[in-house]
Amino acid sequence: MEVKPPVPQVPPPVWGDFRDLQEWEKYHQHRAVDDKTSNTLASIAEAIHHMPGGWIVTTSTEKIFNWARKSSIWPVTFGLACCAIEMMATFASRFDVERFGMVPWASPRHSDLMIVSGTVTIKMAPMLKRIYDQMPDPKWVVSMGSCANSGGPFRHGYHVVKGVDRVVPVDVYVPGCPPTPDSLMYGLLKLQEQVAEFQKTGARPASSGPK
Amino acid sequence: MTAADASTRIRERFGVEAVMADGVLSVVLPRERWQEFGRVAREELGCAYFNWLSAVDWKDQGLEVLCRVENLDARLVVMMRTRLVAGEARCPTLTHLWRGADWMERECYDMFGIVFEGHPDLRRILLSEGWEGHPLRKDYAVDTPFTPYR
Repeated sequence: MEVKPPVPQVPPPVWGDFRDLQEWEKYHQHRAVDDKTSNTLASIAEAIHHMPGGWIVTTSTEKIFNWARKSSIWPVTFGLACCAIEMMATFASRFDVERFGMVPWASPRHSDLMIVSGTVTIKMAPMLKRIYDQMPDPKWVVSMGSCANSGGPFRHGYHVVKGVDRVVPVDVYVPGCPPTPDSLMYGLLKLQEQVAEFQKTGARPASSGPK
Repeated sequence: MTAADASTRIRERFGVEAVMADGVLSVVLPRERWQEFGRVAREELGCAYFNWLSAVDWKDQGLEVLCRVENLDARLVVMMRTRLVAGEARCPTLTHLWRGADWMERECYDMFGIVFEGHPDLRRILLSEGWEGHPLRKDYAVDTPFTPYR
């Protein structure tokens, strides 16, 4: 088959202000330089931390915050394909993720977690990114199933994004086609472990492996 | 109107042999008589139901447009097919005969790049507006990068 050379394209202005994930993270993963409120809060926390005995206050506050975060992860209901059926089963009473504090919520603006459950087409990717952008920080993404992980069986199709990590940063990958509710639940518990280590700066842990 | 009547009428009007296979009356037409045959199928053979329209890419032998129309009362199924000139993906439209041909021809344009002459609104229907190329063509490279996602 004749392989065409890559055609340089100008992305649409709505979503295309980044060229790859690295550039996206440069803009989104760190606090803005001119964010005065955050800078003030950070310097106050720094000052408390360096007072004698102050580290006890800051570290325990962080622990409390992270405990609160991990115990109330609200996933936005975002079903894309057949994986969504398994996701719904996970949310429903038999598997019942609500005992982990996860309430499937129908608004990205109140949610902390996006479970990308299914095939992301190139046409869908801008909408996915828009929903992700509407979620308030801190936020996490679980990539559920082969399609969202890598494109899966459609990887060599013409219309599928080869992994949702080319659109948004992913915290936990759940393999399977589709993953069973048990797999997804395991992935969500792994995410809780990660959230418990979450730092107040919004930076993700350097090593993503299990502790 | 039985299939035998229909094939006799097609032979008289168009001079082509309609082949009956698996209950489908298959007619190979020159491109110039595409619309004329459509009108005959619609008005004389009573094929009011437009089932589908698609195409086949025969590489250097050009594209072939296929269209299936049916007379549901008489259980008559007619498959119209026409071969386009190689390197020239242009075909007359059928939208003035069947409204259902509108979106099918748009999809065919989307996937194969066949320009249907006389179509009222020939835009892409499934793929996004900025898409390069027509994916169901044989010479389309599926690994064509689509910035910034792949």
